[in-house]
Amino acid sequence: MRYIPNSPEERAEMLAAIGLGSAEELFDSIPETLRLRGLLNTPAALSEIELLSRFEEMGARNAGARRTTFLGAGAYSHYIPTIVDHIISRSEFFTAYTPYQPEISQGTLQTIFEFQTLVCQLTGMEVANASMYDGSTGLAEAVLMSERVTRRSKIVASTSVHPEYLEVVKTYVQHAGIDLELIEFDNETGQAGATLAAAIDDETAAVVVQSPNFLGCVEDLTTLADAAHARGALLVVAITEAISLGLLKPPGACGADIVVAEGQSFGVPLSFGGPYVGLFATREKYARQIPGRLVGEAYDKQGRRGFVLTLATREQHIRREKATSNICTNEGLIALAATVYLETMGRRGIQEVAQQCLQKTAYASQRIAQLPGFSLPFSGPRFNEFVVRGPIAASDLLSRLAGEKEIEGGIALSRFFPDLKSDFLVCVTETNTRAQIDALIEALTSLFANKTAGTQP
Amino acid sequence: MTSEITKVTTHLSPNEQLIFERSQKGRIGYRLPPLDVEEMPLDKLIPRNFQRDDDLESMPEVSEVDVIRHFVRMSTWNYSIDLGMYPLGSCTMKYNSRLNERVARIPGFANLHPLTDERDSQGALQVIYELQQHLIEITGLPEISLQPAAGAHGEMTGIMIIRAFLDARDGEGASKRRTMLIPDSAHGTNPASAHLSGFSVKTIKSTSEGLTDLDHLRELCAHGDVAGLMLTNPNTLGLFERNIQEICQIVHAAGGLVYMDGANMNALVGVARPGDMGVDVIHLNLHKTFSTPHGGGGPGSGPCCCTKALAPFLPVPRIVKSGESYRLDYDQPQSIGRVKAFFGNYGMMLRALSYILTHGNDGLREATEAAVLNSRYIAKGLTGTYEKPFNSPPMHEVVFTDKLQARKGVHTLDIAKRLIDYGFHPMTIYFPLIVQGAMLIEPTESVGRQELDQFIAAMKMIAGEALENPELVLTAPHTTRIGRLDEAAAARKPVLRWKPKAKADAA
Amino acid sequence: MANVPEDLHYSKDHEWVRVEGDSAVIGITDYAQDSLGDVVYVELPKTGEKFSANESFGSVESVKAVSEVFTPVSGEVGKINETLADEPEKVNTDPYGDGWMIRVRMSSPGEVDSLLTAAEYEDFTKAETE
Repeated sequence: MRYIPNSPEERAEMLAAIGLGSAEELFDSIPETLRLRGLLNTPAALSEIELLSRFEEMGARNAGARRTTFLGAGAYSHYIPTIVDHIISRSEFFTAYTPYQPEISQGTLQTIFEFQTLVCQLTGMEVANASMYDGSTGLAEAVLMSERVTRRSKIVASTSVHPEYLEVVKTYVQHAGIDLELIEFDNETGQAGATLAAAIDDETAAVVVQSPNFLGCVEDLTTLADAAHARGALLVVAITEAISLGLLKPPGACGADIVVAEGQSFGVPLSFGGPYVGLFATREKYARQIPGRLVGEAYDKQGRRGFVLTLATREQHIRREKATSNICTNEGLIALAATVYLETMGRRGIQEVAQQCLQKTAYASQRIAQLPGFSLPFSGPRFNEFVVRGPIAASDLLSRLAGEKEIEGGIALSRFFPDLKSDFLVCVTETNTRAQIDALIEALTSLFANKTAGTQP
Repeated sequence: MTSEITKVTTHLSPNEQLIFERSQKGRIGYRLPPLDVEEMPLDKLIPRNFQRDDDLESMPEVSEVDVIRHFVRMSTWNYSIDLGMYPLGSCTMKYNSRLNERVARIPGFANLHPLTDERDSQGALQVIYELQQHLIEITGLPEISLQPAAGAHGEMTGIMIIRAFLDARDGEGASKRRTMLIPDSAHGTNPASAHLSGFSVKTIKSTSEGLTDLDHLRELCAHGDVAGLMLTNPNTLGLFERNIQEICQIVHAAGGLVYMDGANMNALVGVARPGDMGVDVIHLNLHKTFSTPHGGGGPGSGPCCCTKALAPFLPVPRIVKSGESYRLDYDQPQSIGRVKAFFGNYGMMLRALSYILTHGNDGLREATEAAVLNSRYIAKGLTGTYEKPFNSPPMHEVVFTDKLQARKGVHTLDIAKRLIDYGFHPMTIYFPLIVQGAMLIEPTESVGRQELDQFIAAMKMIAGEALENPELVLTAPHTTRIGRLDEAAAARKPVLRWKPKAKADAA
Repeated sequence: MANVPEDLHYSKDHEWVRVEGDSAVIGITDYAQDSLGDVVYVELPKTGEKFSANESFGSVESVKAVSEVFTPVSGEVGKINETLADEPEKVNTDPYGDGWMIRVRMSSPGEVDSLLTAAEYEDFTKAETE
């Protein structure tokens, strides 16, 4: 096998050198009854040529990957500069391990320190960790952290938070003695609404909101922060579309206590849902309660500056069952991709991408709103996602757009909210050209406009 | 007296500041197409008080050349598998194939949105399904979820499944079964994961042989409050628990379940299967056994495999096959729920499937044999030079201690740091906790004989230095661009981000 | 050789007690700080919190380890050593003086009698190192 340096002959010599007659003897400590007689019932080895052919064939059967796309809802199509992949493909970055020996891992450590800084700058928070698995698990960990910090066990969350994120939170809190209360979003604005703040009481550890939320609406974080703090609760803000931080007021400036975000928008391919990267940031006073790894500045005897994993006593390998989290491996290489993206796009680029997303979304949403039979049901301000209400069942509408026009027009909300049968979520980014948007409008017009609900087109 | 170091030579190493220190106002590293729609006034789209007003102050402004030089220079400061042997015990630092990287970048997968309709993502779902089938075959456990994003995540999933199973089986009575037994040699994620599922932890002792103490196990199981046992096999000392079947029987008889931490599967693939041993649920580390890259700390992937009895509790959605097509099954009312949005770390699944197909069933076995052989070879080479606390033949990893060197004041940490001067990444140190001064060495199958010999020679030379010139070892490393860092000072006054000068002064 | 002042009482968890009237000043011993290594952080309770004898009242962290600290006597926390927030290393340099941790108003002063004397503690630590 070509990945195994030692040839069969060399291995035979090594066996002899250690006094064994055959490879089978290496496994003498495994009871004979447990040892497999033949080979596993998995396929025989494929050459590179055969293997690539198989995977290309499977890849070709994903029509969705080839189409013009307006899909969002937690995973976004943004342009990835060429150098991102080039840099994360450097051996020294992607075949390195967690930087436990700082003297020979300064490359990894310094890039993480930059990542932590960039996350603080974007979110307006004071300390950020080296990454969580993704936004959804980051949110779950934020909820657990809120309980640790406040010693209260009630969490109040809006149903305008990404439904899959809420599912993950539910899984994580089910044995933690935490009471999760979900508050319905405002049907008119699409925002969390006044009922969320009203649900905060003296037992509340944290109030959880997403902005821009799952319906695309931007939330009034400052008002919510004030309401939370008035009762001694924390404000936890989740963000799925991190590019929005290029334009919207950062949660830190609004009074958020913990910010979690999905960093996939920063130079990470869609890749059918992963690997992504969770950003996690909080106030300095909570630094010792933060989950995950932290990189800090340090000096050697000669006064040379370096970086090192620090405050490790929070973590599982030291604190074990009392750790702030069980996380060990996180998303190092993806955090690096995000770091390269953010530094390449830089101060100007991040803002310009956000601006283009906003403007193209406005262009698209205004034109769709004008189509007969179509409306925008939620009035809240939006960034790059918006909900469209159409004349027929959204799942059928989107199916026809895909099959007949090769356009992934959006995501049917009925998938998450069974009552919202006619609604679908549309996302527009800097990668959508005017021509593509016009084609979407044209397709909606020709297929569905002027049709009343229930009539066969 | 400096020993002869042949693997490395000193060389120029570029310095590189933080990007913020490189940043210059007005530098640009990108170009977008011009906006092709009519621009509306910002205030009409977003209320003024929701807008950012700091112009992303202090964020870097650099050219593309700055970015390339910045990262390439920093990359040269890292040791990596591609440079050579990386003997971190418990981490399985094997070759990260480039072919796997190419597969993961095929546009049909890389550009596919996770919420794409099933109909238009059949190829992607097929990859998940096929990997599931192969991992089922490899573990001998018939059911699986690929949703967990890392080993610890898979552990949490597995333990939550145990909890859900017991709650369903015993109803009210399950509230008395809240103890998880964990060996004193276990990885820290084990008790941390147990805690997340609402279990308290009791520690099981190891025998002088380094294996699970069966009498202690029986004693703890007799209390009637045992939900399960978490164990690693081979254990963290690299030793195969030969009584594994009896261990499982004891726990099952006491009404509990057995969870196996699959971190050490590199000693078992194609040779023996956890399912056959009586294990109920296991997590795998695709970034260990299945070669997906470590990336400086992830991404990982921690699939969770289990028996049929536990299957109803697996996370949703399940990926199933109906006739010739693949679909998502959300209809699992007893599921513990989602543990992550979307499907898990899909890109790592592609790489792992590529690994399995590239090796083939004979190659998988060959890799296991080569891994154990390399470890055994090192064990023989270093016996006598370093104290080997356990006599049983080690599997894919072997533990030594610093006992013989400590007499001269040289400890495990110092040996590890001196090994750096010899051109190797150190082994895992001070783990497992039950061995004082532990050095856990796992070469993996990806190391050739010459390099193994160089490693053994280096370790022998260091042992010699520890006796004749301990100062050399105590102050190592000498040839890195940075020496031992003052970690205590770093932890007392943590500086966890860069701040612009004015703010830093004011702070 | 670790320092073991004569005038203090000791626990098997390596805490010391200095009795001052009906109050007890508590810290960790020289032996304890030496095994821990450089202390980087001390977690202390709030004043007013009540503890029973042998209950954990906080923890001491070094770079690679964390140890809980247990109060040898029951009572209510009257004062905590706030300087440890900025200078945790005092636990290493002056464990019986500036490295003190909490001052407790004892609820059962008699508990002091079941603690170890300096000599008993010294024997105890000798046995541990063997």
